[in-house]
Amino acid sequence: MNSLLGRRLIFVTGKGGVGKSTVAVALGLLAARRGLRTIVAELSGSDRLQHLFAPPPAGGHPAFAEVELVPGLFTISVDPQNAMEEYLRVKTGPVGQAFGSTRLFQAFAMATPGMRELLSIGKVWELAQFERRSREGEPYDLVIVDAPATGHGVGILRTPRTFAEIARVGPIAHQGGQIARTIADRSFTAVLAVSTPEEMPVNETLALHEALLSDDLDLDAVIVNACYPARFDAGDRKALEQAVATQPDRSVRAALRAALSQQARSAAQSEQQERLADRFGERLLTLPYLFCPEIGPDELELLADHLEGHVT
Amino acid sequence: MNIPELLEGKRVCVCAGAGGVGKTTTSAVVGLGMAAQGLRVAVVTIDPARRLANALGLEELENRPRQVSPERLRAHGLDVKGELWAMMLDPKRTFDELIERLASTPQRAEEIKANRVYRELSTAVSGSQEFTAVSKLYELTQENDFDLLVLDTPPSRSALDFFDAPGRLTSFLEGRALKAFVRPTGLGIRVLGAGAAPLLGGLRRITGIDLIADLTTFFGLLGDMTENFTARAREVERLLHAPETAFLLVTSAQREPIDEGIWFRRTLRSSGLPFAGVVVNRFHHDLGESLGSGEMRDGLSELLPEALAEQVAENWWDYHVLASRDQANVERLAGELEGEPLLLVPQLDDDVHDVNGLVRVHRYLFASDAERARLIEDVVA
Repeated sequence: MNSLLGRRLIFVTGKGGVGKSTVAVALGLLAARRGLRTIVAELSGSDRLQHLFAPPPAGGHPAFAEVELVPGLFTISVDPQNAMEEYLRVKTGPVGQAFGSTRLFQAFAMATPGMRELLSIGKVWELAQFERRSREGEPYDLVIVDAPATGHGVGILRTPRTFAEIARVGPIAHQGGQIARTIADRSFTAVLAVSTPEEMPVNETLALHEALLSDDLDLDAVIVNACYPARFDAGDRKALEQAVATQPDRSVRAALRAALSQQARSAAQSEQQERLADRFGERLLTLPYLFCPEIGPDELELLADHLEGHVT
Repeated sequence: MNIPELLEGKRVCVCAGAGGVGKTTTSAVVGLGMAAQGLRVAVVTIDPARRLANALGLEELENRPRQVSPERLRAHGLDVKGELWAMMLDPKRTFDELIERLASTPQRAEEIKANRVYRELSTAVSGSQEFTAVSKLYELTQENDFDLLVLDTPPSRSALDFFDAPGRLTSFLEGRALKAFVRPTGLGIRVLGAGAAPLLGGLRRITGIDLIADLTTFFGLLGDMTENFTARAREVERLLHAPETAFLLVTSAQREPIDEGIWFRRTLRSSGLPFAGVVVNRFHHDLGESLGSGEMRDGLSELLPEALAEQVAENWWDYHVLASRDQANVERLAGELEGEPLLLVPQLDDDVHDVNGLVRVHRYLFASDAERARLIEDVVA
């Protein structure tokens, strides 16, 4: 696989519920371990990542704050509103800011099709620049984007180009074109898909890949998340079935049934992994299913351990 | 409690939930089961898994319901007394049809469809799926004679997107933002008032002139249609609030979807939207809790070779962790529900993507409480 952590911008995308945010943070931890100043940008409008490693301060973090999770790893929740205010403040000075704060302008800008997406991705682009927009902004070595679920995920990669085409001239066209070129530059930007080894997420990953190809983009890596351990094989299955047939105590029976289910699910997962391997070969990475109540700091470090050695 | 009791007297069932929780499957099962009981049901889905779509005979985006052949279902042991119809929503086409319906003349409709802003709006923009989904739902209630419509809401990260997205798009189409300072005329746009000129100038400087030109043309074309959009939006709102409508929350038992479910329930309550209950998919039932780990090991080593017994015990422990997690999360959700129904579907051995899978889930959702307990006992212990 080409070096992932050598790029400056990584988009992490995938179907809802497959663990995109988890993978984005695990990858961020790995990058921070390697000494890269890294930020994970949430585009979904939520700010869950800020609270992953520590409870928020009273009153929460200020909007648009770049919050340090662990040394070297930051996160930001990017929303269009704050992105626009910052853009106007920096690009057009006090006049633009005053103008931009009028209700009319806000309503207009926010209602313009695709504008929300463009503003969000514009902020991501800004984070990845050597020279940040705001004077106090320190540059990052790596920006990891926790992108919206797949359908919109492609949309957000396409938005800058669409805008450049619609606006044709003027600052928006200029900025759109600049961002579009950055996204298309594979030495700068990587696109990564997260899937689970199940039929529907795999279908969606394959479809995402095709959509990207038709936009002259590609997937640099596919991470199959939540893979069950291969504990039982077909031979074990026979032994387990025989054991169930002896009508043991209810609890023992439940344990045997759980093992049988595990074998069946794990076999079904292997089939789905095969489908991805056929398409992506070397670009495919796997992460284990974690049997725990919820994913916290320890689990994220564990997943980063798993990526260690596979991601350069 | 089961689905038929939940949907008693309902004409519309909106299945909502976070991404990846089995929303499409649940919608299909609800439709299938209600049709089996004798109703004429249509399931409107957005992006079903290919195999599921094929299994239901949905080979292409047709944008109108098509009957699922009863023979196809009978082959899987399901006798459908009513009729099951299904359709895959084509957002772009639904949008086009809406424009055709609301435009003053066919020529005007063609001009709008050719407009660049419209093309972007009807495809790439987030929210267009949600907007067209409710729009289609409304049309189906008006034009077709179904006993029950089941809507599978578009895939999104959050269940709440379904409420926000259509409104954003509607307010754009209504042109509220622009109307305040420009007014569409027959031929184009007329700037109103002295304050509007610098504003437009500023917009031009910041956004690029052609974008503004495209937008003004677009709103010029929409013209008096915006009132139709407003009227339409009001009708859709009324439909969603009607007592014959039911929102069914679909979730898994993991923390995040459950947290969202709780927010979703609160949002419905504060917006006065009708709620039917919750389906929790992939629930890990814990029926073997009576044995300690030592006793479990002993019990297993009597039946299995040592190494295998060890693996089974370890697997059991892992399963138990998930079962405890699921139980705690579901209790948290139940605390929010004020006694509203909550149906559990166990984690099955295979992911559900064909008619056989639907039939399996159907057994749980349409069983009585006693039958369901028996089924779970059979599968889990």
